[in-house]
Amino acid sequence: MSCVTVRSPGCHVGTGLTFGLVATVTTQPAQRRAPKTGRFDSSVVKKTVMAVSGIIMILYLLAHMVGNLKAFSGAEAFNSYSGWIRTIGEPALPAQTALWIIRIVLLAAVVLHFWAAISLWRQARRARPVPYVTKKRVQQSFASRTVRWGGLILALFIIWHILDLTLGAVNPVGYDSTPYDRLIASFSNIPITLFYVVSMVLLGLHLRHGIFAATQTLGQTNKRRERAVNGLAYVVAGVITVGFLLVPLSVVFGLID
Amino acid sequence: MMSLTLRIWRQRDRTKKGKMVTYHVTDVSPDMSFLEMLDVLNEKLILDGDDPVAFDHDCREGICGSCGLMINGIAHGPEQATVCQLHMRSFSDGDVLDIEPWRAGGFPVVKDLAVDRSAFDRIISAGGFISAPTGTAPEAHSTPVPKKNSDAAFDAATCIGCGACVAACPNGSAMLFTAAKVSHLGLMPQGQPERDARVLKMVAQQDAEDFGGCSNIGECSAVCPKGISMETISRLNHDLLGALRAGAVPMS
Repeated sequence: MSCVTVRSPGCHVGTGLTFGLVATVTTQPAQRRAPKTGRFDSSVVKKTVMAVSGIIMILYLLAHMVGNLKAFSGAEAFNSYSGWIRTIGEPALPAQTALWIIRIVLLAAVVLHFWAAISLWRQARRARPVPYVTKKRVQQSFASRTVRWGGLILALFIIWHILDLTLGAVNPVGYDSTPYDRLIASFSNIPITLFYVVSMVLLGLHLRHGIFAATQTLGQTNKRRERAVNGLAYVVAGVITVGFLLVPLSVVFGLID
Repeated sequence: MMSLTLRIWRQRDRTKKGKMVTYHVTDVSPDMSFLEMLDVLNEKLILDGDDPVAFDHDCREGICGSCGLMINGIAHGPEQATVCQLHMRSFSDGDVLDIEPWRAGGFPVVKDLAVDRSAFDRIISAGGFISAPTGTAPEAHSTPVPKKNSDAAFDAATCIGCGACVAACPNGSAMLFTAAKVSHLGLMPQGQPERDARVLKMVAQQDAEDFGGCSNIGECSAVCPKGISMETISRLNHDLLGALRAGAVPMS
């Protein structure tokens, strides 16, 4: 009889030794599964795709946030900034060249980020086919736990955000308006502003975990740097969240009109 | 003496569906280890003509990595040690304890609380070795190793392969185990020849065994009886990206 418990050479399962009985379990170990050899099949490579696309989006968010703050300089400054984005490089480059480069890079980053997330999510689901009856959290943060569902909500937010402020399709004043008009119209509406605020808080949580995770995935974390990396994650996430909340909250409280 | 209510996962074999069954144990000494408490339960079950609860155990001194149970939702229970080193004094009289096997795609249940952890052996056989010439042991100082590296390699090498990292991980990832094995060889001069191929092959095997990917949550390290740090996973990632940049192709 082949007696294969997994790690113990003696193969004792349970006891009963006192009575001369030994409960044994005979089983065949699972078959070796052939690993996939493609570079993008590796979970670590998928995580790297996630990290790099995430960093590209963070850099964009920082620029976007600084641009938003132009709203404090008034309608004219805000609208001319919006016009400038469409004319960068003119007359050497055709109109909107820089804008479309930014858009294509961002779209690629979002698609790759999403692909990696869905692929790893599916792998994680396969990895726990039977759930625990009781499972406690020992150390995980709220940010790390909500990163997947938070990411999905952020994807919906991005779609709505483009329809609202870029295309004007769902904006109270519609497309035939200046960017500044659309900004004021949206944030004068309480439900829209609330959705925006909730999304930005989720973004902050997403970034707090994401920045730490990206650093770890790119192999740049160690015990000595742990505090610094976590500090960086908090600072960048905090700056981006507060920076994006300043404009809508200022509209709500009448500091901008 | 303590009395406890245990809710234990009972499952005939891999193919049958399991369920939680409630048992009462009395006369539990606070000085018993958790496994000894289960022995007391099993003696009672055998006397009653019932099937004793199957669970893995071997050395009972915290070094073999055989035992491993999910106790009230925490891998290895409330202390950061193996179940055999967990004593009943960590619980109170009248406690209700849920006891479950490790849950992972790569760890199918064999019976009750015993799971098949041969997936770990297959991750090791994919690359967790060095090619050393056989014969007389070489002079220890012939290959100098920086103290920092030998310490870090030793910390990683304390991994006993119990599987608590997988059990605790919300993604069911075996990355802490794989990273410990990759690190402890990759930090030593003897581990350099296969360093690139090793990390690629071991990560590919961990993915193939139905373990999840790491999302840097840190539950693994928090329950690891040997306190293996998340730093090892960062080192694995660093090695894997370096291997890809160097154009390493895993030799088969």
